[in-house]
Amino acid sequence: MSEHKIELTVNGRHHRGTVEGRHTLGDWLRGQAGYTGVHIGCEHGVCGACTVMVDGRAVRSCLMLAVQADGCTVTTVEGLADPDGTLHPVQQALKDCHGLQCGFCTPGIVCTLAALTADGAQPGEEKLTAAMSGHICRCTGYQGIRRAIRQIAGTDTSAAQGAAHAEQGA
Amino acid sequence: MKAAPYDYVRPSSIEEACTILAEAGGGAQVLAGGQTLMPLLALRMSQPFILVDINHIPELQGVTSVDGGTRVGPITRQNEALVDPILNRDLPTLIRALSHVGHHQTRNRGTIGGSIALGEPAAEMPATAVALGAKVEVRSASQTRFIPADELYFGPYATAIEPDELLTAIHYPAWPDDTITLFREVAMRPGDFALVGLVGALTVEKGVIARAGICWFGMGPTPMKAKSAEVALIGQSIDTLDAAATADLAIADTAPFGDHHATADYRRTVGRRIFVRVLQEALNMRQAA
Repeated sequence: MSEHKIELTVNGRHHRGTVEGRHTLGDWLRGQAGYTGVHIGCEHGVCGACTVMVDGRAVRSCLMLAVQADGCTVTTVEGLADPDGTLHPVQQALKDCHGLQCGFCTPGIVCTLAALTADGAQPGEEKLTAAMSGHICRCTGYQGIRRAIRQIAGTDTSAAQGAAHAEQGA
Repeated sequence: MKAAPYDYVRPSSIEEACTILAEAGGGAQVLAGGQTLMPLLALRMSQPFILVDINHIPELQGVTSVDGGTRVGPITRQNEALVDPILNRDLPTLIRALSHVGHHQTRNRGTIGGSIALGEPAAEMPATAVALGAKVEVRSASQTRFIPADELYFGPYATAIEPDELLTAIHYPAWPDDTITLFREVAMRPGDFALVGLVGALTVEKGVIARAGICWFGMGPTPMKAKSAEVALIGQSIDTLDAAATADLAIADTAPFGDHHATADYRRTVGRRIFVRVLQEALNMRQAA
């Protein structure tokens, strides 16, 4: 069993730590660094709940070792909203469109969509929707998430209407 | 669901990695992108004493055109390969298959070589290497050798790569510009391992099939090369080709098993259908052109 010193930036904050070689990035973020917005679901790369951004790219934090994140810049769901509480556009869209219910899968979905739309990138509805194959949501039936994607992609004028329906139904 | 303890090492050169593998005497496991290996570690289906992380070896990275084909560094990430100009120009069949590998999030870490070296029988990359006639370059502390992809696999996750050897490159032979790609995958959801998958390349010269490379995935304990169908196709006129009879030959070269997703019969039935459809679609497009 080997132990390793790591240094990385999480949500703009510098972190140092000592990790076992077998610790996943997700376990380190949650258990050692306190970023409990990282939700660990299946622990073998199927559910997508633990998805975070590593150097700007969406990756599953259960399929990457903490020691491999040495020197990397990591963003979790906690790092997306403005300090004054203004939500990231992806978070706002999911909120507007009833794109979450229990919220377990949501941090992963937010990180994937935020990574794909970072720096003004506009990958389009099709690509954003395709990336959702990497996330399992058991509450929403995905339609709210799809409406949120259309809002993010700017392809849906009925997003607010969809949310209104969802609220009526609730 | 946590990996068993091991020593993690991060070599910075191929030589260093090969020395570690030689000294480990079979107790080491190479870590590339980790998108298949990490679950195996978490489930303790893989329990190495030493995990050798090859992600910091620059020589293993990148795509280059070489005499007679394309050389792909094994730790080239799948999402990087998808937008690589050389691969998009010279190996559209590989690009087509790559878009079905895992999910966007796993393609950000997953590598081409990692998938080929692990040898998951339902994965796209091993079957594509077999279909296109690729060779893999493997190195140990004492030698370098080349293994044709269709001699690489013995069973699920069992390959001809010895425990002291490292996959250092994949060499894809050149295929002509007008090569036809055959591809179809049936899975529970996009990005999951295939229940039934077919990948192949065909070239046609003056209305006659000149070259064919076809392989199944998810249809047996290894990628299953459709050898009899390849032989039968070569020399045939695309106007008189019997797709159904060729599909029967292709299915005869499979050995699917049943699991909780699908029975072996289901896989054979679906495989036969998609073979006929994919071949006919490809030939119709060629006849129309």
